[in-house]
Amino acid sequence: MGRITFIEHSGTEHVVDIEVGQSLMQAAVENGIPGIDADCGGACACGTCHVIVDKDWVQATGGINADEQGMLGLTPEITDTSRLSCQVTLSESLDGLIVRLPEFQM
Amino acid sequence: MNLLKPLLEPVIQPALDKATSVIPLHWQIRGAHAFQSLKQRAGKARPIPVFSEVPLPDVSTLALQDIDVSNPFLYRQGLWHSYFKRLRDECPVHFQKSSPFGPFWSVTRYEDIMFVDTHHDLFSAEPIITIGPQPEGLELETFIAMDPPKHDAQRQAVQGVVAPKNLAQMENLIRSRTADVLDRLPVNEPFDWVQNVSIDLTSRMLATLFDFPFEQRHKLAYWSDVAASPPEATGGSSNTAEAFDVAADIASNMSSLWRDKEARIAAGEEPGFDLISLLLANATTRTMINRPMEFMGNMALLIVGGNDTTRNSMTGGLWALNQFPDEFAKLKQNPGLIPNMVSEIIRWQTPLAYMRRVAKEDVTLNGQTINKGDKVVMWYASGNRDERAFEQDPDQFIIDRKNVRKHLSFGFGVHRCMGNRLAEMQLRILWEELLKRFDDIEVLDEPEYVQSNFVRGYTRMSVKLTAIT
Repeated sequence: MGRITFIEHSGTEHVVDIEVGQSLMQAAVENGIPGIDADCGGACACGTCHVIVDKDWVQATGGINADEQGMLGLTPEITDTSRLSCQVTLSESLDGLIVRLPEFQM
Repeated sequence: MNLLKPLLEPVIQPALDKATSVIPLHWQIRGAHAFQSLKQRAGKARPIPVFSEVPLPDVSTLALQDIDVSNPFLYRQGLWHSYFKRLRDECPVHFQKSSPFGPFWSVTRYEDIMFVDTHHDLFSAEPIITIGPQPEGLELETFIAMDPPKHDAQRQAVQGVVAPKNLAQMENLIRSRTADVLDRLPVNEPFDWVQNVSIDLTSRMLATLFDFPFEQRHKLAYWSDVAASPPEATGGSSNTAEAFDVAADIASNMSSLWRDKEARIAAGEEPGFDLISLLLANATTRTMINRPMEFMGNMALLIVGGNDTTRNSMTGGLWALNQFPDEFAKLKQNPGLIPNMVSEIIRWQTPLAYMRRVAKEDVTLNGQTINKGDKVVMWYASGNRDERAFEQDPDQFIIDRKNVRKHLSFGFGVHRCMGNRLAEMQLRILWEELLKRFDDIEVLDEPEYVQSNFVRGYTRMSVKLTAIT
């Protein structure tokens, strides 16, 4: 079983097990990671599950569609490797994934 | 859109462009008003609906096709709840073919609203988000009523002002102003909460966001009220002359604020974090003042957006706690529930009842075929009471409600409320400061309500405070 690491803006790390097929957002919410609001429940419609993917993992997490890009564009905290975690599906190939949380959710 | 166009039709375009950049904006608006009055007298203007209040029927006596939820007295008469429940249960995507605002679809269930809100490719926010149109001759351009990509560029230019990072810096200022307002309130005697708390606090906030002269802040609240209530747009109680007067007033005040700020920055002054400084700092919006309808639209949007919504949540929250006294007791025992309660207040009040869209193509929604060009109204006020979406009875006010952040009041998708975090912070601070000072906040009578199908608001609420001993 693989594991992923969330790093809060303060630097606190949380390691959680991968449940294949879940979204990264669900993994965060179910494991009580602070700083992921996920107001819309995973509909790519609120921008409050923003994470910053470690640059070594950008390719592995897949492409961004126009809807996600549109929502990320509303976040003042956007970076080059920003994703909405509800749009990243977990698989064994993401074992070792590292994502950082922004200081604020939109 | 160019205000002078109808007046100067025969004049060639370059001359027109020059004219709009040298003639003060408020004169242009006066000119447009004069032209509109002429049109009215000549019988060439679009008719404006007139609303007078009569008691509305019990919804159970109506045929489905006769239900008209655009009636601006539905909220005031306390009937919105039963009307929308019937639509949610019996006809969740409902067509009203002959309202005073013309034909429109109502989308009343949570899931369907979410679908419409997140499909800007199918449903356009243009030309405006109220059921009816803006006053003729005063069609402002604002990004709440623009589709991507134009929407995205304009919104990105201003959203920084209410970004959480900015807000963190403003928290102490907001808290001290809130404390100042609360410390002046009379204790043990009736007073109007709407005027003395809700309006005063939101006007102070707006004046800060715009770096607007603080002693003139009452203007912002007045402008907002008039801008949100043209009868043809929302069934409100303002009139065309008032709307043009206010537009001219906004134009002259805001353009001199803009020019003044521009000159100070040009002279080397450090730009502030107010809205106008941000607009002046952005390449897309720096020259906005030369595009009158866009300039006015943005000013009006930011004034209205930061006003009615928070104001009526400040009143609605207290009204809710008075109707659910057990929740008030729970709150006093555990002030840590304030952040969750703030979301519950915003859900329960739903200060803006809806947003309107226009179908860009034929769309089938919950069994109904919406035709291209049809108006589609997403009733957030109904979706927020949808029993299918909220596990705990949505008509109850529950300050520790689970998953309350899924409420629709901010909208979802690219038009999601830009000021949501500011609104939440203002309400959180208000309740933190209230609990420090007062043991009881008693609402003495049922409040008085705004006439509108859009703004779910209060004009008056008599309250008595008991201090903590």
